[in-house]
Amino acid sequence: MAEPLILKALTISAGAVPVVSVSLTVAPGEITTLMGPSGSGKSSILAAITGTLPDGLSAAGEILLGTQNLATLPAWTRRIGILFQDDLLFPHLSVGGNLALGLAPGGTRAERRGRVERALAEVGLEGFTARDPATLSGGQKARVALMRVLLSKPRALLLDEPFGSLDAELRSQIRTLVFDHARTRGLPTLLVTHDPQDAEAAGGPVIRLR
Amino acid sequence: MTLSPSRLLLWLTVLLLGGPVLAGLIGVVAGAMGHVPGLQSVKPASEVWGAVWNWPGIGRSVAISFWTGLLAALISLVSATVIMAGWSGTRSFARFRLWLAPFLAVPHAAAAFGIAFLIAPSGWIARALSPWLTGWDRPPDLLILGDPLGLAMVLGLVVKELPFLLLMMIAALPQAKAAPSMAAVSALGYGRARGWLLAVFPAVYRQIRLPVYVVLAYSMSAVDAALILGPTTPPPLAIVILRWAADPDLSLRALASAGALVQLGLVLVALLLWRLAEIAAAQLGRSLAESGQRGGERGVEIAGAMLAAAAGKFLMVGLAILALWSVAGAWSFPAFFPETLTDRIWASHGVALLETSTTTLLLALAVVALALALALGSLEAKPSRRLLTALIYLPLIVPQVTFLPGLQAAFLKLGLGSGALPVGLMHLVFVLPYLLLVLADPFNALDLRYRTVASGLGLSPARQFLRLRLPLLLTPIAGAVAVGMAVSIGQYLPTLLAGGGRLPTLTTEALALAAGGDRRVIGAYGLAQAMAALAPFALALALPRIVWRNRRGMLHG
Repeated sequence: MAEPLILKALTISAGAVPVVSVSLTVAPGEITTLMGPSGSGKSSILAAITGTLPDGLSAAGEILLGTQNLATLPAWTRRIGILFQDDLLFPHLSVGGNLALGLAPGGTRAERRGRVERALAEVGLEGFTARDPATLSGGQKARVALMRVLLSKPRALLLDEPFGSLDAELRSQIRTLVFDHARTRGLPTLLVTHDPQDAEAAGGPVIRLR
Repeated sequence: MTLSPSRLLLWLTVLLLGGPVLAGLIGVVAGAMGHVPGLQSVKPASEVWGAVWNWPGIGRSVAISFWTGLLAALISLVSATVIMAGWSGTRSFARFRLWLAPFLAVPHAAAAFGIAFLIAPSGWIARALSPWLTGWDRPPDLLILGDPLGLAMVLGLVVKELPFLLLMMIAALPQAKAAPSMAAVSALGYGRARGWLLAVFPAVYRQIRLPVYVVLAYSMSAVDAALILGPTTPPPLAIVILRWAADPDLSLRALASAGALVQLGLVLVALLLWRLAEIAAAQLGRSLAESGQRGGERGVEIAGAMLAAAAGKFLMVGLAILALWSVAGAWSFPAFFPETLTDRIWASHGVALLETSTTTLLLALAVVALALALALGSLEAKPSRRLLTALIYLPLIVPQVTFLPGLQAAFLKLGLGSGALPVGLMHLVFVLPYLLLVLADPFNALDLRYRTVASGLGLSPARQFLRLRLPLLLTPIAGAVAVGMAVSIGQYLPTLLAGGGRLPTLTTEALALAAGGDRRVIGAYGLAQAMAALAPFALALALPRIVWRNRRGMLHG
């Protein structure tokens, strides 16, 4: 059921000037790492996959999930989950509200609530449903952000330096958590990072951009 | 490319803002050539212009408009600059800042009445000083209100334009990189005031240039303040135009159009002069900076604090005296307080006031609701910076009195006549720019990654707008609604011209009373007008605190 994420000669250009070009295949449950200096276009590749390239940049080439080309789909129908360095929890919603927002529609209110609560319990946050996200610790926020993206049943997972804002101890703990979940769900996962330790822990192929 | 709802709203905004200004200017040009709708014969243009130039006192009217406008704009800008240089960045300034928005909300008419009741020969200031200091036991025979130089009018304009410029300057600080610049110059041994003037002001001014032009154009053509505080023999040009435009004798409409063109030319000349002065001032500033002199801060700091305190007190005391007059029984000069208090005015005018307030607020609500939809839709469509700037500033810089007479004629031609619809459309031209002005920065400041995350969660653009952007922007939206309501409530000229006397609002009623001079009734209407504009601000301030009481990230984010 899970399908690989394939980039075929994906080329990002600023106007007519090509910025970066990449071809790769990420198998389900595999974590591929993209490394490179700032400005090498790592984040633009992720934005091309999610369909949110800023004005002025354009993408050519193919972005495939299995055999489906995503490049022509609107961003919100691609079902590509993404985690950033900041948790980006919506500050106006409760913790439970943040998780419920990404849940696919359907099911009774009680069922949906149950799924949210089970997801929180899975990362050791029982009883946090009604909490204000602003009152959470950094590690707790990162776990909520992870469960929010997983509950939306993504078909691939993108990680844009997601551990950069965490201190060393928390960093390895959250990293293990995120990688474990990505692997057990068989998500093709693309990681952008500066940190060689992240790449090592990912255990997949490492692609260096120049 | 398909036309998305937000694109559609953007185009509608362009149409509803640009259309009236353009139609108005065309109407004015046609009128000045003698074409007046409803008038059978076309007057030759030479006859129209001859009548304008031969109108008694017209030369002096033009001169007064020019002089008072430039003076008011200059005093407002210098005062705002001194306050910012001497005071910004301190803790007491943060508190002062909270007061600015409500001051901005008080309609020009209410503020002008408050000032009139303060500075008139029989006003509160004279009473406070009499007879012990002045020896007056009767109001002195001085021409303070409506003085021939228009100084009282300038004061009325400055009290209202100062908070606007201050708010615009404060909003410009982050982009002007004020904090790092101040850190850099203070390390070079410059004090706060000199450092701010030399290092921050040029960057701030670059950003508030258009708001300053708005103040200049407005001050040269203001109607409300001129009617209450301005000279009368002859009055400023804007009042002359208004009399022509509102006269039942339709042949005078052609004169109104010609006068509007004169007013437009006057504003253009003033803007040109101002631009030249900007260049000269920049030269002066550069040589001052290169001189390397330090010190001399204390004076500016004290002046800033005193100016801010004075401007604030003027408005507050002005509103207090409106309230006092509305309940005053017998009150002879030079008694500081009324001898007796009575509810006579409120009892006899209460019902009428309530009806007028309801009309005023319903009209404002309808206009603001439409304007909000247009503003949010336009911002969703991501207009270019240039288009957004034009949409905001075009209707605010082109003086009302120069295109509203033409628009009135255009409405007549279209069979719209007068009533709530044309009044609402005219209000929209002035309310919508302010909504765009207030909302543009918060809208663009929203973290773009929220969109990426939300798209990844599978939220459609419509749901992203409703579930995310709308609630995330609740605080600025509430503020924008309050500003929009205040702008609509304060509108005089459009309400008068398009209302045809059948849509009395608090503002038109208050200004109609101005000529009568019954201070007690004026006090009641002026106070009601101010309160109607202030109440939405209180709600806008309270609403986010209630809605987000359990969301810390929304209150201090």
